[in-house]
Amino acid sequence: MALTEKYGELIQKTFAKYPDKRSAVMPMLHLAQQEYGWVSPEGIQEVAEICEMDPTQVKSIAGFYTMYSESPKGKYWLQVCTDLACALGGADKFYEDLKAELGVEDGGTTEDGLFTVEHVMCLAACDKAPMLQCNFHFEEKLDMEKMRKRLAEWRAEAAKAK
Amino acid sequence: MNILLRGRDIPDLHKLDVYLKHGGYEGLKKALSMKPAEVIELVKASGLRGRGGAGFPTGLKWSFIPQNEPVKYVTVNCDESETGTFKDREIIETNPHQLIEGALICAYAIQATAVYIYLRGEFWDQGHALDGYIEEARKAGLVFDNIAGSGWSCPVYTHLGAGAYICGEETALLESLEGKMGQPRVRPPFPANKGGGLYGEPTVINNVETLTNVPWIMVQGAEEYKKIGTEQSAGTKIFCVSGHVEKPGNYELPLGITMRELLYTHAGGIRGGKQIKAILPSGGSGPIMRVNGNDDAILDTKLSYEDMAKAGSILGSASIIVMDEDTDIAWVATKAIQFFKHESCGKCTPCREGTYWLEKVCERIMANEAQLSDIDLVSNIAKNMQGMTLCALGDFAANPIIHTVKLFPEDFKKHIAQPSAPAVKKAAQPAPAGD
Ligand SMILES: Cc1cc2nc3c(=O)[nH]c(=O)nc-3n(C[C@H](O)[C@H](O)[C@H](O)COP(=O)(O)O)c2cc1C
Ligand code: SF4
Ligand code: FES
Repeated sequence: MALTEKYGELIQKTFAKYPDKRSAVMPMLHLAQQEYGWVSPEGIQEVAEICEMDPTQVKSIAGFYTMYSESPKGKYWLQVCTDLACALGGADKFYEDLKAELGVEDGGTTEDGLFTVEHVMCLAACDKAPMLQCNFHFEEKLDMEKMRKRLAEWRAEAAKAK
Repeated sequence: MNILLRGRDIPDLHKLDVYLKHGGYEGLKKALSMKPAEVIELVKASGLRGRGGAGFPTGLKWSFIPQNEPVKYVTVNCDESETGTFKDREIIETNPHQLIEGALICAYAIQATAVYIYLRGEFWDQGHALDGYIEEARKAGLVFDNIAGSGWSCPVYTHLGAGAYICGEETALLESLEGKMGQPRVRPPFPANKGGGLYGEPTVINNVETLTNVPWIMVQGAEEYKKIGTEQSAGTKIFCVSGHVEKPGNYELPLGITMRELLYTHAGGIRGGKQIKAILPSGGSGPIMRVNGNDDAILDTKLSYEDMAKAGSILGSASIIVMDEDTDIAWVATKAIQFFKHESCGKCTPCREGTYWLEKVCERIMANEAQLSDIDLVSNIAKNMQGMTLCALGDFAANPIIHTVKLFPEDFKKHIAQPSAPAVKKAAQPAPAGD
């Protein structure tokens, strides 16, 4: 029970918010994903024990919501909005160029394991298209020049972390 | 005038000391000096209507909550996932305390046990920042225990979703908060009734923008609020303008200004001096409006709940997506249906199957591989979904098809497979328009 040991206080604080332990399942899945990089089978098991739920129920909840990743992702998970409002601002072309730059298909991960790219629906930043979220942080008003700079920064950051 | 986006006029308004210096939490203190029922009457008298899309009168909604139930909740809807909508995000980033204050006034008015602010999971940074603002307010004695020395207590919590548009639908939101899949509930019972709300208790669900109006109304009074806007649509509204305009962004303006004023005076007109062709006034979900160029009288439509309905569309959440003359409306419809197919929760058959088939046929049309009869086919599938689904998403998904086919048939017909023309084999072509 790595999560309970490591995050006991946070878990108790989360429980205190709700009259029902089950309501903590979403925050706990977020916690598991942060800890392990994805919602792994062990993560599901731990969350089920924490929330006193059936693991299959936890799994179906994890499957319902798109932010819970049920397979390992790259260190930087790039979610590019190609929904209507962004597409009118050039998002489709931007996404094509980004995939070409990284040499991956939609949903793919670069060979070095650094970047996963995926197209997503509206992220509430339509006035700043093209845009994406990298590990759920907003990156807005992008073009390929700006993007190449960010990619280089992330590569440098990852190299430093090693 | 900015009631909601005051953060544009006052630097650092998100900080509690700055907010307090500018009259912050005075509305709450005023409310606490009144009887709960009087607060509800005041909000009723202001004419405030829900900004989440349906425009339901806010005070009336609060008055449905039974007084004698011991446990009641307020849930704040910050799921903001409709295509083209980005107003609640600016509020929670730049004026978060006014939302917290508004939610507390609502909580006091219905004598709620707790407030939950439900944020879409992608508002990860914003949600954590909001936790910080709530903590600041707690230290100042403005939330949780003995609020502003009144003896009344109410906690305020945030809850992050995890990527599902349907959780903006109020009963799906409640399911999600209860730790379940975000699937809409069968009504009745309604959320305001025992058995229908959060954990089965009577619950008010209001949009972020709705509640952020409330502190201003408390301080300035219902009459002052009613002076802004139109007879049936009081107050200001944040219009989210995106697409082919020179200056996309949020514009807070009195309800009842014309579309022309919004798009040309404020949003800088159509990009590159082009002509306007169409407007989606409520993101992907409301009926599209056909505009035949920059001089079209439809641009004189007033942006109010009543005038937009008269013009055959809706004001909804006022996420106004603008398309210029080069835009292929069949492509727009395809984008919209791809959204709804992706976001259908799958609970009821007409929506699950309908969006699946609509996407398939629309993609066939975009690949220039469809027959003329496919245009009727999509209309028929969409019409068969209308009114047949458990929640409004089914109707939202039917709208972009029904109205685009009706108003822009030529844009669909040009994709119909010609035996001689080489077919372009690719689903959902990139925007042919100005990018
Ligand atoms: C599919 C669907 C999605 C919705 N998404 C949102 C949303 O993101 N935010 C919101 O405030 N209301 C949304 N609504 C409307 C809510 O169900 C509800 O009417 C609203 O939150 C009530 O608040 P109000 O009275 O302040 O407008 C959605 C409705 C449907 C059917
Ligand atoms: S209409 Fe669609 S989104 Fe709504 S409950 Fe039915 S399947 Fe789910
Ligand atoms: S359409 Fe891309 S952020 Fe809204």
